[in-house]
Amino acid sequence: MSANPHHSPASETEWREASRRLAAGEATLVSLWGDEGRMRMALSEPVCSLSLVEVGCGDNAFPSVAAAHAPAVRLERAACDLFGFTARDAPDERRWLDHGRWPLRQPLGHEVPHDGAPDPYPFLEAKGSGLHQIPVGPVHAGIIEPGHFRFHAGGEAVVRLEERLGYVHKGVDRLMRGASLERACVLAARVSGDSTVAYAVAFARAVEGALGIDAPARAHGLRGLMAELERIANHFGDIGAICNDASFALMHAHCGILRERTLRAAKAAFGHRLMMDAVVPGGVAVDLAPDGAEAIRALVREARATFPGLVQLYDNTASLQDRTVGTGVLKADLARRFGAGGVVGRASGRDFDARRDCPYPPYDALRFKAPTRREGDVNARIWVRIDEVGESLDLIEAMIARLPGGPVLAGLPSSGGACEGFALVEAFRGDVFAHVRLADDGSVARCHLRDASWFQWPLLEAAIEGNIVADFPLCNKSFNCSYSGCDL
Amino acid sequence: MRNTLLQGLRPPLTESAPGNDDPELAALASTVKEAAQSALGRSLAIRHVDAGSCNGCELEIHALGNAFYDLERFGLRFVASPRHADVLLVTGPVALNMREALTRTFDATPEPKWVIASGACAADGHVFAGSYAIAGGAASVIPVDLVIPGCPPSPAALLKGLLALMRGAK
Repeated sequence: MSANPHHSPASETEWREASRRLAAGEATLVSLWGDEGRMRMALSEPVCSLSLVEVGCGDNAFPSVAAAHAPAVRLERAACDLFGFTARDAPDERRWLDHGRWPLRQPLGHEVPHDGAPDPYPFLEAKGSGLHQIPVGPVHAGIIEPGHFRFHAGGEAVVRLEERLGYVHKGVDRLMRGASLERACVLAARVSGDSTVAYAVAFARAVEGALGIDAPARAHGLRGLMAELERIANHFGDIGAICNDASFALMHAHCGILRERTLRAAKAAFGHRLMMDAVVPGGVAVDLAPDGAEAIRALVREARATFPGLVQLYDNTASLQDRTVGTGVLKADLARRFGAGGVVGRASGRDFDARRDCPYPPYDALRFKAPTRREGDVNARIWVRIDEVGESLDLIEAMIARLPGGPVLAGLPSSGGACEGFALVEAFRGDVFAHVRLADDGSVARCHLRDASWFQWPLLEAAIEGNIVADFPLCNKSFNCSYSGCDL
Repeated sequence: MRNTLLQGLRPPLTESAPGNDDPELAALASTVKEAAQSALGRSLAIRHVDAGSCNGCELEIHALGNAFYDLERFGLRFVASPRHADVLLVTGPVALNMREALTRTFDATPEPKWVIASGACAADGHVFAGSYAIAGGAASVIPVDLVIPGCPPSPAALLKGLLALMRGAK
């Protein structure tokens, strides 16, 4: 999926037609982002064939996609903040990433100095007798990322939740501009630390697609191995943490052991617990350590020995199920319309997994299932994670058994002229989309990275409606969206 | 079944505590001006503030609570409010969108208080240094007593940093 994309000329008619197809459900929005003087969009057709559409922003304006298609709202607001574009007929004209606290506006467009005085932010209202507001954040009570949640509640029931994010915006898009491939890859690996492998793979595949090269077979195998270790480490952590938010600490303690063992195996095999900076354009920067394969096999043995007991514990604890079953239901129709990736989508019947549906090595040569559920509640999201752990353990064994020999890094051509490429990669949280445009000198002209959370965060607002405020942590954790991945 | 499950949590999983002669701990402790222990005894309440991290640091801070590192055996615990805290554990390069939240959290923490800049970003902005959107390290916004290096710092390194803050330079 990282070949040079099919390129459409800038045309407002085509842009409007793409928006119409999104709104009609004929295509799924993959991403929407700004570039020099234009807006760009990636869509996927029913079976994953990605296409790119763009529209020029001659007078710094373009026809809003969000006007017809709600999933585009936040991406569009973010692009307008960064480039200074105006989305004509946009349903929501509030700034998103720009809180007014930077010394400038439009950091990727025509810069305008700013005094750093914060902008007011009017929250959406809910009206009715006895309704009250509960503001939460940006600093939360636990060890989590910052964001603001504004609840409107009627008694204990949530009438409306509105999220305000952007607090961890670090200016990644502009730091990318003009960066060397080495530096850009380091930045990509720090967009969302829990998905550092997936981001590095997405970035590397987009660059490789742009340059028309392929990583060696062994590098693909090692990337797959790292990606699956990252997936199970996060799933172990999440399964435990969700149960912990239902005050079931025993599960958390045991899952914490499995997570720690996974990170230690990763450290033994690849030299870093989170495997940061291990994947680079052209292949991987570290080969499997001599005793790495055995460390990973030992992890798989331990997980196979202990995890089924934990699954049984989850399944047989009625007080825990009482909290998770029927809580935070995400309707299948919403999951489909928003193109919800990962666990969130698959727990609501959206049967999509980039590893299977937009296959890339090493997954194109492996057999595995993408487990789905239909209920869309917290329980379903736990079960999809449980089932995915099982699939990943099988994948890890198969990948080690089939790991090809040979080099792990291919040389990059010095400069292939201006070119661009893109990739879609399945992180533990859902699909990560990367689009990279390279300049003549081989540096990055524009790099856009889209986390699965962009489409999952708004769905959390929908899933919590009608639930009690006290169940919000449980629902939130079962989604486990990334803040940093969207704030960039 | 629950008995079996509880068994799995008992030692020997727990890592042994780093001694006072641990070189990494000693090096960190030598940078601490005033040891927390002399002011507060053997217990520290920690409030974590993410000021723009990529969430890698948070994963490893979480790991401090697992059965291997078992933070609470040292009298160290995380608290939900800055009003209850002795220590602010700051991660991230301090995004400008988080600067006011960080200073307000600091102001809400009662004296005596200590600030740890945890990780390469909180130390000096790391790979995000030079961005229009960050202040560039916790020390550019609030006084910092100790820096724990790493991207992210491992749980073992975090633990040594926290113990160093307790004990101070000997």
